Amino acid sequence: MGTLKAMSASNSIPLHKLVEGLSPTRLRRTLRLGWRSLWLHRLRSLLTVLGIVFGVCSVIAMLAIGEGASYEAQEQIKNLGSQNIILRSTKPPEEQKPTDKGSQSSVLQYGITYPDVHRIRSTIPGVSVVLPARNIREYVWHISRRVDCEVVGTVPWYPEMRNHQVAQGRFFSDADMQERRSVCVLGAEMVPSLFPMESPLGKHVRVAGNYYQVIGVMEPSSRVGKTEEPQESGRTILNRMFIPLETAKLRYGEVLMRRRSGSFEAERVQLHEVTIKVSSLENVPGVADAVRTVLERNHKKKDYEIVVPLELLKRAERTKQIFNIVLGSIAAISLLVGGIGIMNIMLASVTERTREIGIRRALGARRHDIISQFLVETVLLSGVGGVLGVLLGIAIPFIVTYAAGMKTIVTLWAPLLAFTISAMVGVIFGIYPAFRAASMDPVEALRHE
Amino acid sequence: MADPILQFRNVQKTYQMGEVRVHALRGITFDIFPGDYISIMGPSGCGKSTLLNVLGCLDRPTSGNYLLGGEDVSGMDDDALSAVRGSRLGFVFQSYNLIQQLTVLENIEIPLYYQGKPEDETRERARVLATKVGLADRLDHKPFELSGGQQQRVAIARALVNDPLLILADEPTGNLDSVSGVEILRLFDELNSQGKTLIIVTHDTTVSLRASRSIRLRDGNIESDVRQ
Repeated sequence: MGTLKAMSASNSIPLHKLVEGLSPTRLRRTLRLGWRSLWLHRLRSLLTVLGIVFGVCSVIAMLAIGEGASYEAQEQIKNLGSQNIILRSTKPPEEQKPTDKGSQSSVLQYGITYPDVHRIRSTIPGVSVVLPARNIREYVWHISRRVDCEVVGTVPWYPEMRNHQVAQGRFFSDADMQERRSVCVLGAEMVPSLFPMESPLGKHVRVAGNYYQVIGVMEPSSRVGKTEEPQESGRTILNRMFIPLETAKLRYGEVLMRRRSGSFEAERVQLHEVTIKVSSLENVPGVADAVRTVLERNHKKKDYEIVVPLELLKRAERTKQIFNIVLGSIAAISLLVGGIGIMNIMLASVTERTREIGIRRALGARRHDIISQFLVETVLLSGVGGVLGVLLGIAIPFIVTYAAGMKTIVTLWAPLLAFTISAMVGVIFGIYPAFRAASMDPVEALRHE
Repeated sequence: MADPILQFRNVQKTYQMGEVRVHALRGITFDIFPGDYISIMGPSGCGKSTLLNVLGCLDRPTSGNYLLGGEDVSGMDDDALSAVRGSRLGFVFQSYNLIQQLTVLENIEIPLYYQGKPEDETRERARVLATKVGLADRLDHKPFELSGGQQQRVAIARALVNDPLLILADEPTGNLDSVSGVEILRLFDELNSQGKTLIIVTHDTTVSLRASRSIRLRDGNIESDVRQ
């Protein structure tokens, strides 16, 4: 009966009294007292804190790994150029398997053609630059060193369009192109294997019996995984060598002979890759649709693919959002579990310390003194858990980066968010036990064994 | 005689236990004057504990008035009663009721802590009182490191720390062997001789013989109130 009356009275404790109970000097003593009480049950407190530690640190670590992964994906897509649309020639699916084994006399013709490029350039508004490229798989030789490489016949404005700059020397010029000079620019990845001791500039490399003078070396490509760029062979090709498109036409003509699984296979492909630069970002979706329509009208088979980096980027951003929502839910649940742990322990502690509460009340403690005492304890538990969790959560991404080589990014808001939530969990889950402690009837509490 | 520090005017306390109304106090009236040394005795169930709870402002009377230091505390709210307990009353319990995780000094200063006194002041006062009850060399010990008699002396120092109008002791020697019990009673005598007002609730007639005024309760009424 007495307890019931007390319970209803305790609900009307005004907030300012709670705050008044926590003036700086008072707070310091309350904190020390809370720490002492928690220290008395070290193991119990530690286990309770662990619930919060794991909650907080998993949030930060997962966010950091997720952020790193999506950053990498977005960087790769951005390297393709967000204003670009990339067309690639692909072998049409029904002709991928040879109909009969042995020699095949027919020449397989597919892919994007020069007329396609002309049509796109002349009919679709908003297209500012078109970058055609022919890719030929060849071995590149320097003396006795050999590298498997993709020879790319392209135009002088390749570097600026693909956001892939020359690191040493220069890219080929319009004059190189017109005069069909035998010059080449090497990808950074192949230089160490071809020229381990010397600078490649000015040297010559041999490709299929022809010599090309090296005039430049590209900077290392940041495209590592290339997951969103399916290669024709399904294999990742890192090595690329660039030669003028006109030179490529001269050297290779239109028909390519390719040795595959014991038989020769001839393909006629005019252009392997065409990059279209759109004048402004907001025109990209429209131009992409127009390009699709133009190509669909002129190709009976699906012998090309269209990659729109902007669409990939948007998709990656959506994926990241979903990822964050999922993560947020996991975080919320784990912190909830931690909070329930705190509440459980505090309720046990309140029951166990009923006598102490009675003594304090008899000696002049008001209800809000008891409330602040227990609230401070829960806030200490979750605060210490939060700090440890943040430290661990920042350390784990570094370990992951070091051990697994994965990129991780710890954003500022992740630890802040995790810590704030953990502190809030402490307050929210501490309120009920604290009020329960304060609503005890002093007479009953003193009689408690 | 000086003005009374405590006045009970027809104080009643009734509990509702299910269907039954229990009359624990049936209209008690008495005055307590400064320097009184009172023992309250009576068989179990006579209302001793209820009287002590009401005297100690831990419980409110159902009817009647209770004036403590001229102030009517019978209608006060919970916070005000806490303040009264903290500033005007000192408690000594049968089972000492010290807080286990605190040292002797910290236990003694609890009432001052809840009055918001600055720490250096409360520390100093606690030290003086600990010395007074003979525990100068035990200041930083925890209660479980002390004997029963020593623990009760800590409790007495704690009851003195806020310089109360009245010290209430509930069977203070109940858990002690006879030697420590006598030491504690001597301490009470000494305090009374220094002018402290004491109320001791007890079963033990030897305790009541030391008091200067003996009140006997029976069935919620005062059976006798004798000055000796």
